[in-house]
Amino acid sequence: MAEPLLRVEKLVRRFGGIIATDNVSLDVASGELHAIIGPNGAGKTTLISQLTGHLAPHSGSVSLAGRDITYLPAYRRCALGLARSFQITSLLLDFTAADNVALAAQAHAGTSFRFFANARKEKGLRDAAHAALDRVGLAHRADVVVNRLSHGERRELELAVALASKPKLLLLDEPMAGLGVTESQRMVKLLQELRKEVSIVLVEHDMPAVFALADRISVLVYGRVIASGDPAAIRQNEDVKRAYLGDQHVVTHHG
Amino acid sequence: MKSLSVSKAVTALMLAGLVLLPLYSQLSGNIFILTLFTRVIILALAAASLNLIMGFGGMMSFGHAAYLGIGGYAVGMLAQEGVGSGFIQFPVALAASAIYALVIGALSLRTRGVYFIMITLAFAQMAYYVASGLARYGGDDGLTVYKRSDFSGLIDLSNRTQFYYLCLACLFGVIFLIWRIVNSRFGLVVQGLRSNEQRMQAIGFPAKRYQLVCFVISGTMCGLAGALLANNTDFVSPAVMYWTRSGDLMVMVILGGMGTLFGPVMGAVVFLLLEEFLSQITEYWALIMGPLLLLIVLFGRGGIMGVLGRAGRG
Repeated sequence: MAEPLLRVEKLVRRFGGIIATDNVSLDVASGELHAIIGPNGAGKTTLISQLTGHLAPHSGSVSLAGRDITYLPAYRRCALGLARSFQITSLLLDFTAADNVALAAQAHAGTSFRFFANARKEKGLRDAAHAALDRVGLAHRADVVVNRLSHGERRELELAVALASKPKLLLLDEPMAGLGVTESQRMVKLLQELRKEVSIVLVEHDMPAVFALADRISVLVYGRVIASGDPAAIRQNEDVKRAYLGDQHVVTHHG
Repeated sequence: MKSLSVSKAVTALMLAGLVLLPLYSQLSGNIFILTLFTRVIILALAAASLNLIMGFGGMMSFGHAAYLGIGGYAVGMLAQEGVGSGFIQFPVALAASAIYALVIGALSLRTRGVYFIMITLAFAQMAYYVASGLARYGGDDGLTVYKRSDFSGLIDLSNRTQFYYLCLACLFGVIFLIWRIVNSRFGLVVQGLRSNEQRMQAIGFPAKRYQLVCFVISGTMCGLAGALLANNTDFVSPAVMYWTRSGDLMVMVILGGMGTLFGPVMGAVVFLLLEEFLSQITEYWALIMGPLLLLIVLFGRGGIMGVLGRAGRG
């Protein structure tokens, strides 16, 4: 098999006496949508933070397309093709939707140490921004300041920002968080489209969405991967059922 | 749209007033007003430079007066050593300010928030005490500049009107530069960092180097104000770097409207005229000035520019 796009090997991260990431290893193949699920406190966000470079692991390694990125800062990983969305929406609230996306495009289009020319008039950046906004269905809201966008629109904008950097791998940290039923359905449809173009690591609580979308699922409990496989296998897995005791029916009945 | 026009109209009026002021001074024979406004314009320049990092960049520097001192001392010290040419004095003043900003910025930008405020303040106070210790250059008492910068007949700084217009041209030039910078790629990155640093890092921008460059540009601009100020007062002393002066500059920016192009100019005009006017009435003028500023900050969000904007909206 070819080199996986993302390879995580024996990652360990402790907080005091608690092991939040306990020898986690996983591979994400090119073109794959790999979901990471687990009960609250399983260490999903800690794991994602180490993938994005916001948190350094104590041991283990992360590599992207064969290149070791374990200790690279976030902005360098982004340049290598790793884009993320945040669990809690993180955007430039006092900028327009188009500005948010155009800045992401700008980060990957030559130097930003240009002091004189009006960046909002750079056609290349604006076109890239509009293409990404169009992709997530927000083109008609391009000139609206983010402050005035609805929560659902902001989640979509997060995606557009991530897409604008033309990533190889998209890390989505609970993109459905806080969305209503119809908004969730729109997001699932959108992700179904996007997955054709880009590999995705999806951390999500919404089980129906996960089972509808994922090629493979890794289940994280107490910082450890207790199972990894395709949705059908995960649904049958006894350990997973036990871990999700309270949510058991969710795991077995949907999808 | 209308809200824009009100603040625009007031700004245009103010700028026209500044341009025509020497004419009024000439006709009315009021020389004092020209001297006063030369000072206003120089400090407006300093405030505008502070606004670049504070208003647009979100970096609350509490040590900006240091550059006034560095620019001023560059002129004063060179003059004392017999180098009277402005073509040397001004570039040295700018370069010295830039180098100071580079060092201070590199150290200060490791911190955020309150710590950033405190560390910039601490460095400025250090500069203040260093200047106080310069026995050769007057120490505590300051340094008299016996001859203004000489631009070999190109412009005569001892001529009040010419000097006034030089300062005004510098102010307009700096504001023009800030306008271009703010809308450039670089400017958008800096403003993005003010808005949400985590997000900017995630889309691939290393925060610190952009902020540092912005910090240096701002300091260099303020160094220019310092060089002009020394020429205006024919004198430079450590007092020009004292932390209260840094505070004054911050107040001008906040009063006028942070993150607006002409807000700091407006703030400087209002602040310094109030100071002048109130201090003529009573020596306890600060007792009136303080609460007045407090009211404006409390009830006039966005400073004068913000109030004008809302007034337009009705």
